[in-house]
Amino acid sequence: MAALTREESAALIAEVLEIYPEKAKKDRAKHLMVNDTTLESSKKCITSNRKSLPGVMTMRGCAYAGSKGVVWGPIKDIISISHGPVGCGQYARAGRRNYYVGTTGVDAFCELNITSDFQERDIVFGGDKKLAKLIEEIEILFPLNKGISVQSECPIGLIGDDIEAVSKKAAAQIGKPVIPVRCEGFRGVSQSLGHHIANDSVRDWILSNRDGQAFETTPYDVAILGDYNIGGDAWASRILLEEMGLRVVAQWSGDGTLAEMENTPKVKLNLLHCYRSMNYISRHMEEKYGIPWMEYNFFGPTKIKESLRKIASFFDDKIKAGAEAVIEKYTPMMDEVIAKYKPRLEGKKVMLYVGGLRPRHVVGAYEDLGMEVVGTGYEFAHNDDYDRTIKEMGDATLIYDDVTGYEFEEFVKACKPDLIGSGIKEKYVFHKMGIPFRQLHSWDYSGPYHGCDGFAIFAKDMDLTLNNPCWNMMKAPWDKAPVAAEQKAA
Amino acid sequence: MAKLRQCAIYGKGGIGKSTTTQNLVAALAESGKKVMIVGCDPKADSTRLILHSKAQTTVMHLAAEAGSVEDLELEDVLSVGFGGVKCVESGGPEPGVGCAGRGVITAINFLEEEGAYDEDLDFVFYDVLGDVVCGGFAMPIRENKAQEIYIVCSGEMMAMYAANNIAKGIVKYANSGGVRLAGLICNSRNTDREDELIMALASRLGTTMIHFVPRNNVVQHAEIRRMTCVEYDPTHKQSDEYRALASKIVNNTNFVIPTPVEMEELEELLMEFGIMEAEDETIVGKTAAELAA
Repeated sequence: MAALTREESAALIAEVLEIYPEKAKKDRAKHLMVNDTTLESSKKCITSNRKSLPGVMTMRGCAYAGSKGVVWGPIKDIISISHGPVGCGQYARAGRRNYYVGTTGVDAFCELNITSDFQERDIVFGGDKKLAKLIEEIEILFPLNKGISVQSECPIGLIGDDIEAVSKKAAAQIGKPVIPVRCEGFRGVSQSLGHHIANDSVRDWILSNRDGQAFETTPYDVAILGDYNIGGDAWASRILLEEMGLRVVAQWSGDGTLAEMENTPKVKLNLLHCYRSMNYISRHMEEKYGIPWMEYNFFGPTKIKESLRKIASFFDDKIKAGAEAVIEKYTPMMDEVIAKYKPRLEGKKVMLYVGGLRPRHVVGAYEDLGMEVVGTGYEFAHNDDYDRTIKEMGDATLIYDDVTGYEFEEFVKACKPDLIGSGIKEKYVFHKMGIPFRQLHSWDYSGPYHGCDGFAIFAKDMDLTLNNPCWNMMKAPWDKAPVAAEQKAA
Repeated sequence: MAKLRQCAIYGKGGIGKSTTTQNLVAALAESGKKVMIVGCDPKADSTRLILHSKAQTTVMHLAAEAGSVEDLELEDVLSVGFGGVKCVESGGPEPGVGCAGRGVITAINFLEEEGAYDEDLDFVFYDVLGDVVCGGFAMPIRENKAQEIYIVCSGEMMAMYAANNIAKGIVKYANSGGVRLAGLICNSRNTDREDELIMALASRLGTTMIHFVPRNNVVQHAEIRRMTCVEYDPTHKQSDEYRALASKIVNNTNFVIPTPVEMEELEELLMEFGIMEAEDETIVGKTAAELAA
């Protein structure tokens, strides 16, 4: 069930588009659709992964954000240098809350901002020497690092610094991988290309490092890919996998290590949570090492059960029995969560706008709580993501790609959701409109939301937000008074 | 004091921009004008004849040593040479690294902020790298900087191509700012009917050949001594040529938005003067062996 009928949704899109000039209208129309669950492909209905229009407020990030912020940043024992001016590294520092075990500054480095801090002279004379010096200093200050990645900011590409040559030389000197990553922010249309570039650099500089080396395997080795351990998500997922009898060899890249990544080609199955950001490396491992991969979803008991059984189907009866045992063990706990929160949340409408995975992955969790998602959209998805979204969403719901600030506000005004799940840039706009809001990038500094433990927190957080008494106090008493007076008079 | 005139000298690489500029500036200084040269080329060879030095220490190198341009004072980068001519070199990286264009931008901004142009100057000359390869090398002709552009050229085909291309660049900035083409300076290579050819090109571009500088070995003799011809041998007739150029520039009022020509028109002109053969379409793409057969 949608907030609006198919006709109303289509009319709403047409109405919202009216404000744009002709050319912009034509472009934006291709990014908005009314869901039709009978469709198999999104291709004819929605266009994605295209350049945002100048002048609109887009929420997208850049290639550097996709590489440094998403893929490379959470590898805890690799130091990722933000190579260029200081701002990119500083404003992106620790913002994604990728949790890790380790001592920051000693054997784990995710929360540090290590930057070459480009100045005018580095632009004019080139920053190669500075980069070489920086790597030397890193080795002295942080000797327990296992490798260094060089994350290019925009100016590196503009002035043509040869970071590959510096990296190669430095790697030979320190005897550790030094990985040059060409993720200059101006490349591509969003953070999505940064994921791809980062995947490619992992493929070229890390993945085959231990090929041919001995590694004690089991028939139950798996790797978790595309779980960035935001608020501890990967840990809550790993528990379930281990309890069903699997051995998790690697976490990419939340709380991950270089060694784990190098050992991944030895696993039996790659488990892919964020398809958008790590499908490239999964496909590569499938091709090169014959490792199958599968996309799973650990949001909410329905999807967790589905995913556990699907994962088990790749293995023998022992694991299949293990999956059932896990489901049996956690079902009472999940039922309890639902029994507690569903009555408080049932029938509430949600609108989402997140990155490249959650706009479809969290739908099931909301449905488990009796809520319905009436609109969803991605910042940087491709059409294969929308193909997967059509079936998750209800018929006639709104789907929006790279939604603009204006469009999102108008959709919200028309659909009147009870809760919005999106990011920090959207949060306060909707707060000021008096609508309950949860950040679905950072979990609003809560989490984990993955797995069974995560679902309990997710349900509690949604209740805390939605049923917070503050929403009834949005109007100042003096603004309420005349209404009451009028009512009395009437 | 008359209003400061800012001029930029462009032209094909190796055409003699720096030599012509410094001789011209020397002649201006000799006549009592207060002049500054701003070299906008990482090679930093725009002031050596005025300063009798190998290469002046540049703004960007000093800034790199000091930490940043903010740490520099004007007197650190400004040298005074022959005839009281003030000299600055923007400087930049060695070939193949960094961003030379950014160096020019930084250096010129520094000079403006430090008030290098405020004193009793009559002229500033920007001597710019051969090709306007990026925004940095167009810095001298942006708004509130050089208003007059002189293109140094000769009667050779590539020099004229380059002059026409520079004129195209000027059109862009002429529309957004106030820059104008002020004339062509023919630095002779002794080709046939060179003066007529350049005059013809100038008229197509909507400007004039402001002066024809004949070729003379005394210029090279002076260069070996790191001097301008005007200083080395003031009585030589070549020095009078530079004086003539200087006085024409002082009195120049013919500032235009150029009308660059299409490639075909330029080629017609070259054919008219016998510099280019009419194209024989039948030989295009044929190897020597094929033609012999």
